Amino acid sequence: MTIPAGWQIDIGLEIHAQLNTQSKIFSGASTLFGQSPNSQACAIDLGMPGVLPSVNAEVFKKAVQFGLSIGAMINQESRFDRKNYFYPDLPKGYQITQMDHPIVLGGEITIQTSNGTEKIIRVTRAHLEEDAGKSIHDFKPGYTGIDLNRAGTPLLEIVSEPDIKNAEEAVAYAKAIHQLLTYLEVCDGNMAEGSLRFDANISVRRQDAEALGTRSEIKNLNSFRFLEQAIHFETERQISVLEAGGTLIQDTRLFDPDRHETRSMRSKETATDYRYFPEPDLLPVMLTAEFIEEIQAQLPELPGKRAQRYQTAHELSASDAALLSQDRRLGDYFDEVLTFSGNAKSAANWVRGDLLSKLNEHELGITACPISPKHLGEMIQLIDQGVISGKIAKAVFAALWSKQTESAGDYVQKNQLEQVSDASAIEPLIDALIAENPKQAADLRAGKDKLLGFFVGKVMQATKGKANPKQVNDLIRQKLSEP
Amino acid sequence: MNLNFATLADLQKALRDRDISATELTQHYLTRIEALDPALNSFISIQAEAALDAARRADECLARGDARPLTGIAIAQKDIFCLQGQRTTAGSKMLSDFIAPYTATCSEKLADAGAITLGKTNMDEFAMGSSNENSYFGAVHNPWDPQLIPGGSSGGSAAAVAAGLCAASTGTDTGGSIRQPAAMCGLTGLKPTYGRISRWGMIAFASSLDQAGPMTRTAQDAAILLEHMAGHDPRDSTSLNEPVPRFSEGLSNNIKGLRIGVCREFFTDGLDPLVESSIRQALAVYESLGATLVDVSLPHTPYSVSAYYVIAPAECSANLARFDGIRYGHRCLDPENLQDLYQRSRGEGFGEEVKKRILVGTFALSAGYFDAFYHRAQKIRRLIKEDFVKAFEHVDVIAGPTAPTPAFPLGEKAGNPVEMYLQDIFTISASLAGVPAMSIPAGLANGLPVGLQLIGNYLQEGPLLQAAHQFQQATHWHTLTPPEAL
Repeated sequence: MTIPAGWQIDIGLEIHAQLNTQSKIFSGASTLFGQSPNSQACAIDLGMPGVLPSVNAEVFKKAVQFGLSIGAMINQESRFDRKNYFYPDLPKGYQITQMDHPIVLGGEITIQTSNGTEKIIRVTRAHLEEDAGKSIHDFKPGYTGIDLNRAGTPLLEIVSEPDIKNAEEAVAYAKAIHQLLTYLEVCDGNMAEGSLRFDANISVRRQDAEALGTRSEIKNLNSFRFLEQAIHFETERQISVLEAGGTLIQDTRLFDPDRHETRSMRSKETATDYRYFPEPDLLPVMLTAEFIEEIQAQLPELPGKRAQRYQTAHELSASDAALLSQDRRLGDYFDEVLTFSGNAKSAANWVRGDLLSKLNEHELGITACPISPKHLGEMIQLIDQGVISGKIAKAVFAALWSKQTESAGDYVQKNQLEQVSDASAIEPLIDALIAENPKQAADLRAGKDKLLGFFVGKVMQATKGKANPKQVNDLIRQKLSEP
Repeated sequence: MNLNFATLADLQKALRDRDISATELTQHYLTRIEALDPALNSFISIQAEAALDAARRADECLARGDARPLTGIAIAQKDIFCLQGQRTTAGSKMLSDFIAPYTATCSEKLADAGAITLGKTNMDEFAMGSSNENSYFGAVHNPWDPQLIPGGSSGGSAAAVAAGLCAASTGTDTGGSIRQPAAMCGLTGLKPTYGRISRWGMIAFASSLDQAGPMTRTAQDAAILLEHMAGHDPRDSTSLNEPVPRFSEGLSNNIKGLRIGVCREFFTDGLDPLVESSIRQALAVYESLGATLVDVSLPHTPYSVSAYYVIAPAECSANLARFDGIRYGHRCLDPENLQDLYQRSRGEGFGEEVKKRILVGTFALSAGYFDAFYHRAQKIRRLIKEDFVKAFEHVDVIAGPTAPTPAFPLGEKAGNPVEMYLQDIFTISASLAGVPAMSIPAGLANGLPVGLQLIGNYLQEGPLLQAAHQFQQATHWHTLTPPEAL
């Protein structure tokens, strides 16, 4: 969609990311997804009388990792507040969140815009809170079921400034956050399971207007596509209201992907008063400078830096560098292959080519890869040293993949796959071929270069692929140019 | 020995010496409860069978000689402490059939020390009240005179001990709910330092103020019980990670040189002259024991009731939001929709006082009013804490009346919330500050018990109990029992 002439759009995103802790933020219950309803909820998650929350310290670590990765300030004094509202899937009648003392303040995310330039989106804050349960409306006619398995799952709510100017930027920003969270391994990033959900604050204004327009908040968008569509529909709606001379009211809206529209849930006038106040059941948590420094020291090389290193230090193409640095474990794997092979270009080709297609074919992640990076690296080294040809390497790779061998070197030796580079062994073969195929030899001599492949193929066939193809090439040309 | 009003310390000895068995003691109390409690209504539920089972096991332990400190001691617990598999109501229709699936930490600790629970005592609904008239299970009557209130909110716990229906009981104190009923029933009641006893499993009224404590006949008994209730609990983030001293040791050390602060602000116009005279006499007893009286001021005391009635309702408005008729507790019949379910379940499940406080708290936290009420109340709370910190630079203990009047007739103040709230005027400031405080019997006014309040510095329950014990060594007020057939 192109933005109608004369208008500009301002978007701020609130991203709710589930932190991938084993247990919940305020209880010891498991966070496992997809279990039978209410089987992962303990007395604390159920909001029983007399129970009390206690904070899972893991959430601070994960939130601080994220904060440091976006260059944010970390609030050393972490406090919690109660946000009060009634809803059946909110067991206590309040959500424990951080209102006045968010753990992460500021920071920024760099996105690539459609015209290829980079743009910075400022992050306002990120705070810790607990997820609610789920209402299941199709449970039984006339009834709503309540599943509290999700209740108490730790969330990091990441709030951006209204720096986003169109749907494409919003998606790029959301994807960048998704990538960073999964890269840091603080969130599993599983959109289908609701691990990442978006609220979009959208307003439009005339191109020359200085102040932001009246905004609407579109709640609970659970895919990048819905985020994009919701922004399109909402901006169209707002612009058409204003162009028709109408006025907008600040409201909270729901996106209906089937009917291609957003619907108002409540206006500012009827908005819930959440009556925030400090959570008296939890004392403020003081994060020490050492705690934060330790996390800083253990922070992995981030995707942007990594891609830059691949391009500058290893001369990889921008697309190779981006692909190999998007996933932290893939990047780690590649770095190791690089160490053992000493050949970045070749390592990149093997990893993004044969290896990734095999992994995809078997639906395996890089961490489940049957070939260790060391062994792949050694194999690449054998190619570079001329011990095996690229063609033989494919067979060696297959043997490594199927675990027939652990070491490329052993396998090559055992199966006598070393490249034959001894001219005296190949020359007689070429002589015999020229004698057997005089017409083809004459045509090639006359300049029908395509026939070179015919002869090379025959030699490779006779040597079971072990001849060095380049050497064979040279020898054939040499033979045919002989008087 | 006369078991009716025997102290916990005496019972410990009698059980160890096998002068009585745990079964005899438990049966004795159960018989008395059956005979006397219909007139007092101090229990909401009685666990006779479970108590007798526990007593048999206690007797086995005693016979084997591996008794724990409280083995065989039969107590009552305020019905605000969850006991696994037993009904826990908090005095409310909302929870009138709630069976707790877990046990409160302090109840568990008492059971681990060998204590037997006879039953759960009546209380003001969700601990909101100063007269025990706000219970869904009916008002509790004062054993000293059944026409009078026993104080609240731990009124059932106080009445049960005062009537000799159990050796001791547990209570909770948010603004005076242990101390004021202890004063009105002639008992020793201790509210420890906030965080001293875990709040896990104790149904919350106002989280930043709620604190459990013992209700006993003597300071020595309070010390013994406190030792087995206190201690850090990882399940309660606000519980203090501090060692628990052996409070019952060192009680007999004399208190020569103890500096007792007499707080000016506790002797105000609303103070009953008979109560005042008892308190003045009690202070003279302390002087005779070698203590020094020091005039102190807690200048922000006059604001404590106002601050309390913002903070406590604010917290309770959130704490009681979980009672929504969805997962447990009272649910209205045939709700038409979600709104109807909420409105009628809560409307029917909560009593008037609870509703009033939820409304006040909701209002105090609303946008536009938060700063004027909640925020300002928190400022006063900080100032009150500072008052105590300053005062304790000069004194070891602060003394004064626990309540402005002795027990008053049932129904007398029911229609006047402000007068009712002023019952807590002397107890609230220690709650807001989080310092330990206790009430001990210090005289009679028109034949009714008067409570002397002693307030200590943070974590200084030891000196507080020592001061109380020494007073009880020199006086007989704590040995008085209700007149007539009881």
